[in-house]
Amino acid sequence: MKLIIKSLLIAIALTCSAQIAVAEENVVHVYNWSDYIDEDEQVNANFTAATGIKVVYDVFDSNEVLEAKLLAGGSGYDVVVPSAGFLARQIQAGVFQKLDKSKLPNIGNMWDVVEQRVEQYGPLNEYSVNWHWGTTGIGYNEGMINERMENAPTTSLAMIFDPDVVSKFADCGVHLLNAPTEIIPAALAYIGEDPSTTDAEVLKKAEPVIEKIRPYIQKFHSSQYIDALANGDICLVIGWSGDIFMAQYAAWDAENGVEIVYAIPDEGALMWFDQLAIPKDAPHPDNAHQYINWTMDPEQIALATNWVWYANGNLASQPLLDEELFNDPAVYPTPEVLEGLYTVPTYDAATQRVVTRLWTKITTGY
Amino acid sequence: MNIKEIQVPSFLRRAFNGRNAAISIPYLWLLLLFLFPFVIVLKISLAQPVIAMPPYTPLFSWGDSLWPKIQAGLDSYLFLFSDSLYIKAYLSSIKIATISTVLTLIIGYAIAYSIARAPTRWRGILLMLVILPFWTSFLIRVYAWIGILKTEGLLNLALMTLGIIEKPLIIMNTDLAVYIGIVYSYLPFMILPLYANLEKMDMNLLEAAADLGCRPFKTFWNVTIPLSLPGILAGCFLVFIPVIGEFVIPDLLGGTKTLMIGKVLWGEFFYNRDWPVASAVAIIMLLLLVVPIIFYQKSQEKAIS
Repeated sequence: MKLIIKSLLIAIALTCSAQIAVAEENVVHVYNWSDYIDEDEQVNANFTAATGIKVVYDVFDSNEVLEAKLLAGGSGYDVVVPSAGFLARQIQAGVFQKLDKSKLPNIGNMWDVVEQRVEQYGPLNEYSVNWHWGTTGIGYNEGMINERMENAPTTSLAMIFDPDVVSKFADCGVHLLNAPTEIIPAALAYIGEDPSTTDAEVLKKAEPVIEKIRPYIQKFHSSQYIDALANGDICLVIGWSGDIFMAQYAAWDAENGVEIVYAIPDEGALMWFDQLAIPKDAPHPDNAHQYINWTMDPEQIALATNWVWYANGNLASQPLLDEELFNDPAVYPTPEVLEGLYTVPTYDAATQRVVTRLWTKITTGY
Repeated sequence: MNIKEIQVPSFLRRAFNGRNAAISIPYLWLLLLFLFPFVIVLKISLAQPVIAMPPYTPLFSWGDSLWPKIQAGLDSYLFLFSDSLYIKAYLSSIKIATISTVLTLIIGYAIAYSIARAPTRWRGILLMLVILPFWTSFLIRVYAWIGILKTEGLLNLALMTLGIIEKPLIIMNTDLAVYIGIVYSYLPFMILPLYANLEKMDMNLLEAAADLGCRPFKTFWNVTIPLSLPGILAGCFLVFIPVIGEFVIPDLLGGTKTLMIGKVLWGEFFYNRDWPVASAVAIIMLLLLVVPIIFYQKSQEKAIS
């Protein structure tokens, strides 16, 4: 017994001293999305080389998981990357600190177009800077679609929301994101309603639209479609642009003959933003500012962008981007298409409940 | 100085003698890892959701008065009964758990029985094979089933190559896939208690039955099964109870129509950010499980006495 207590005490002492050591160390704890930086995390390595600050880099795969950690408090992270809608609510909840712009000399590199769009969610530019942004659109397997329908309306939401069209693809597998705030606005855009609405009555109009195509949807899931699309297990999806490009790359890499295409729908698409921000209880706020400033360096962000194949919010980095990437209108939309992209504001608690309940009814039938 | 000279109050001495200390460890365990978290969840379930850190109202608020104001309400519980979704989800979870438990029992009994009746030198190896999958992460094993069951998966490929079917079977993303995943994942929990029971069964009883002219199947039904009842009960509860709250398997293998309380709870917590309602869902689930747990306890007590 004595021995156990003794060893326990030693273990506790060791943990404590280890923690003290970490606090004194020159580190920054970054929590970012999975597969969201260049392959070898060169951006982080360069940061350590330039500043001597070690980067502890962790990844998450859903805004919800990040939010639960942040709301519980004491996450221990210095820099996190929530999407704009979530960030706006988290700012309201008092999760984040305002950025000290005097510590961010690179902020002049940022792209005002993106900053203006982000501002639609609230005072986000005071608390965050953009990492990457993208759209929610249509991904499809070209061969499988052509086989089943000639001249399929591949750049229209009719692909998904017209029962006559989508029913043709039911046998090769159709997935939708399991994210009410992505799919409900898309359904509204398809029937010509305002996708940015927060009016519960208008939101409810999406239900019959999705209900009609419900029998042809194999699954509502927010990550399985990447592999499934790349392997040819499914042929059509509403998903996030970068994920679909990832599937495209995976199929190309596997040389399995699968051709994946991403299209921004003509009816408009949701434009989303992932923003770097610093929690109020960040243990190393100074290092966090230095890290964020580093990501706004055109060369560094270009390293990540050229790998993840999303658009970034850094204007100065555009000449450094892969030409194929920068000229791809599915990644960097033309000004006209950009005009048609919409954002979805943060719903209040009551509206959120209506949306979630609507979604449960749509997805499960209950 | 002699240690015995130190005066320790007798009640303290009694409390800290070796035997009591040993007994208190499981209680301490329960207190720390069950009761304490339970009280926290209960507390959250009585609060109101707010946009704040943490996202629910505090139970006590200190105003100008001397005493704290208690803010607690049963709103979250009432809400669960205002929408049929939750009741349906509970019932659906119970249904899925019951069917999977029966399936696991049938398969698990056959396996446990054959291991227990195998030659002694084989038993260790066979038992090891049952436990072997635990060496790999649970998540990876469930993912492996996606590879087997999907439309272009191993199962369909094999069946089509053999010419048994022409069109691929749609198993992935259906309730059937969920049952396969659950039965596979929980099988060891059924086999191990059954094996422990069957292995120590007195073979003389079976011989006696045979000597008296009882047919093998009748012997199995009238002697083996009743004697293994404690093992059956233990295995069934070990499977039924965790399956009720299962989230990973229905999420990965199930289709959109698979309704389970674990998924509903996840949605309340993550999508609605309504921690109080999520906590209420969890508390009611616990209350539902208390019934079979008490039942199990009773049967265990009977088995011991």
